[in-house]
Amino acid sequence: MDRLTAEPRSPVEQRAPGRWQIGMVASIKRETPRVKSFRIKLPMWMPHTPGQHYDVRLTAPDGYRAQRSYSIASSPLDEGEIELTIDRLADGEVSPYFHDVVVEGDQVEVRGPFASYFIWRGEKPVLLVGGGSGVVPLMAILRHRRLTMPDLPMRLVYSVRTAEDVIYADELGDDAVLTFTRESPQGWSGHRGRIDRELLAEAGIDPGTAFVCGSNGFVEAASRLLLQAGYDPDQVRTERFGPTGAAT
Amino acid sequence: MNGFVSRGFQGRRRIPEELAERLPTGQYAEPGFPVLTAGPTPEVAIEDWALRIDGMVGEQREWSWLEFGALPFEEIPCDIHCVTKWSKLGTSFRGVSLDALLEEVEPLGTYAMAYSYGGYTTNHAIEDLTDGRAWVVTEHEGEPLPREHGGPARLLVPHLYFWKSAKWIAGLRLMDHDEPGFWETNGYHNRGDPWNEERYWTD
Repeated sequence: MDRLTAEPRSPVEQRAPGRWQIGMVASIKRETPRVKSFRIKLPMWMPHTPGQHYDVRLTAPDGYRAQRSYSIASSPLDEGEIELTIDRLADGEVSPYFHDVVVEGDQVEVRGPFASYFIWRGEKPVLLVGGGSGVVPLMAILRHRRLTMPDLPMRLVYSVRTAEDVIYADELGDDAVLTFTRESPQGWSGHRGRIDRELLAEAGIDPGTAFVCGSNGFVEAASRLLLQAGYDPDQVRTERFGPTGAAT
Repeated sequence: MNGFVSRGFQGRRRIPEELAERLPTGQYAEPGFPVLTAGPTPEVAIEDWALRIDGMVGEQREWSWLEFGALPFEEIPCDIHCVTKWSKLGTSFRGVSLDALLEEVEPLGTYAMAYSYGGYTTNHAIEDLTDGRAWVVTEHEGEPLPREHGGPARLLVPHLYFWKSAKWIAGLRLMDHDEPGFWETNGYHNRGDPWNEERYWTD
């Protein structure tokens, strides 16, 4: 009978990932009205693979706890620290705490890095497709490529509602193609509306490996387009978040 | 990290005590049913669907959709727990127990790899699949199982984290040894018991 599973890969990417540790919030950057990035210094830092996540745990004085997972936005070349970019969910528990309470110098409990599927190991060419805050793990990949292999063919296709929702706005250059689904900025001559075949073509990346991250609706739409564009289903890696809501 | 308190954190999602007892450590109650899939959603038409049990069995078997529909179905009220921290309390599925399915093949192996349309795999010890603790289900809360949640049929093993309940199930391969499946190869725990918080390899 054929093998059902892939040959085991080298475990090198997953040395003992993280016990719980207390990190220190070194800096906070407001990205958009709803999104902030937190640079956290870690006493037991270890290099991650772009695309991995950390778990965050909050503890109340009476012992009540809440945990969530957040994608790492930074390159593993940023030694000793990680950047977590957090979207404030109005009815959330952990993200409002980060937005409304945490200030620079605060301690936060985290562990990681975890998971080795939605990760970039240097494959090429690469198309990154992000909706809303789904851009966060893709940014780790893009940043790492800029630092290590700037000539490697990689492009980010990024779908946002309006100009003020663009995360990492000051960092997006020629390697990013944007579309505005609700309202485009004045004088915008680029793509408008939901992600479609023309937008993917505009990225100018031959089918290879794609990383798609966003709401479930966004991921479904984007991965369908990628399959139609000739991508092998095994090469379309997806990460979905949030409720079964609308696409960004 | 005993004694660490998050400055200014009170907790906003506290729930009644009788429900809190049904939430494993690190989980929160989610009224919705989020979708998490590591790739495009496979499309499996019921005409093409079959469930197969092969590998170390006395006699391998395959059920078409119609044949499967003639098996004894039961209602399965349960709580489900996703490793990404949400739990859905008080939901229900309808399907056929693995006890009934395995009875027809004479299982010889003590481990099983569940495999799915689309290539997903997840491994189980047989003891986690028997004794009324695992099913192949085709309905969720009275409706046909939506495609994004694994329709037409998924495995249901509610006492383990939900990645163990393979969507779009195509079959089970019985084996005499354990082998990690998809997420188990990619950093997640080999068994995934939420009550022991077995999330990742090192837990």
